[in-house]
Amino acid sequence: MLEVRDLSVSYGAIRAVRGISFSLGRGELVSLLGANGAGKSSTIKCIAGALRASGGAITLEGRDITAASPEQVVRAGLATVPETRDVFPDLTVAENLMLGAYIHRRDQAGNRDNLERMHALFPRLSERSNQAAGTLSGGEQQMLVIARALMSRPSVLLLDEPSLGLAPAIVDRIFEMIETLKKSGLTILLVEQNVNQALAVADRAYVMRLGSIVASGTADEIRSTSDLSAHYLGS
Amino acid sequence: MAFTIQFIIDVLSLGGAYALMALGLVIIYGILRLVNFAYGELIMVAGYTMYLSSGSGLPWIVMASLAVAMAVVFGIFTDYAAFRPVRAKSVTAVLITSFAFSNLLQNAALLFISPRPRNVPLPPIFSQTVEIGGAITPVRNLITIAASIVLLAAVAYLMRKTTLGIAMRAAATNFTMARMLGVPANLIISSAFALSGFLAGVVGILWIGRIGTVVPGVGLEPLLVAFIATVIGGMRSLPGAVVGGFLLALIDTTLNYTLPQDLLKFRDAFTFTLVILILLWRPAGLIKGPASGQRT
Repeated sequence: MLEVRDLSVSYGAIRAVRGISFSLGRGELVSLLGANGAGKSSTIKCIAGALRASGGAITLEGRDITAASPEQVVRAGLATVPETRDVFPDLTVAENLMLGAYIHRRDQAGNRDNLERMHALFPRLSERSNQAAGTLSGGEQQMLVIARALMSRPSVLLLDEPSLGLAPAIVDRIFEMIETLKKSGLTILLVEQNVNQALAVADRAYVMRLGSIVASGTADEIRSTSDLSAHYLGS
Repeated sequence: MAFTIQFIIDVLSLGGAYALMALGLVIIYGILRLVNFAYGELIMVAGYTMYLSSGSGLPWIVMASLAVAMAVVFGIFTDYAAFRPVRAKSVTAVLITSFAFSNLLQNAALLFISPRPRNVPLPPIFSQTVEIGGAITPVRNLITIAASIVLLAAVAYLMRKTTLGIAMRAAATNFTMARMLGVPANLIISSAFALSGFLAGVVGILWIGRIGTVVPGVGLEPLLVAFIATVIGGMRSLPGAVVGGFLLALIDTTLNYTLPQDLLKFRDAFTFTLVILILLWRPAGLIKGPASGQRT
């Protein structure tokens, strides 16, 4: 489905991602783990087209999207939820969701169906439809950005740190929702620092450290074989 | 009573023109975080299009539409000539290219047309006056008020109700995120330049209609006015630009009415003093724009 080969990302002389390779099969939930600065978000931004790769290749369903612009990537069927939780604060919840369906703007009927699905998945959003997105709580904003990404009807969803800065009860709800999405057949790449919860929902995981992948395998393998705390504490 | 009506009409007609000018500037700034210094030249382009088509025998409204269309074309052309090639490089680069493009257009007008004022065709209604409640006012002031109400309403509708407008507002807050939803960057930027050119074209006709002639430097004052109005109102906010425009017009008109004759030539000094005071009180402008996003 999504294949990343020898991907490198540099900020000037600093190499944030050093030739990593990984892949996602159809319907799989793969988690990308690692401490701050391991290169996870750079990887996500690069796949999303918001950052240029300095080397390597990214293919989505056999199509090369390495040099694609962000708008081409979403058209190709890959939606991204960045860690910065970028709602458009001045626009209403409804307007935010409408923009999520920008690439399908001619298919109003399909968008209405999809919006109903989002409202069923996130009832809070339908209650707050006409409210400015900036007035929502952190958890509601996270739900809004996920729902907005889903409005583009992606085949692959990249979730960058969806639990960042949220209360534990809300984090649990977000993870429940991720499982629901997985059951619906969506292919998901989940970037997380919340290792235990990420491994609980993931089929497979990759662990990054200092720009390289240092461990990979099924969730159980990762849990049992690799010393995760070492990668996180950098020892 | 007559005095009050006169005063209100003056403020509204000047303010309407200022607000439209400011809006044209802030639409670009909101999305690209860059001041388009070639903005005044779009007004010049509209003026010279009117002058060049004056011998054609076309009805005035056709010439006026042509002038607005040319301002739109040159607006989009500004993007291709001055912004797009260096957009990803640095703010300084775009600052310089937009100055250069402004200079190029002015010098082209100097060279190929004339440094001297050229007459612009105007329908007789522009020089007629009308009496309202004892106040005598030029009809063009009323036309300016009407045009600004219609255009401000149209821009508000575009920005609030259409997908393109909402996408433009989203891009003004967070361009990269808007692109990650599939909103094409170039479409948004070209639309912003086209809208900016449209506003400049209409304002150009109304502005030049006051004087009746066009010179290569005609765009300087509107650019300055638009810039000051946006600074007062808040560089990032569309309503701020409109508020700033009307406030600047209120200050100018009040000074016109109250300053003694021999101080009137220093009016701008008084205006700028007030602007400085407003900025000391509210350094970010009267209306804060959306939370700051990254420059793109």
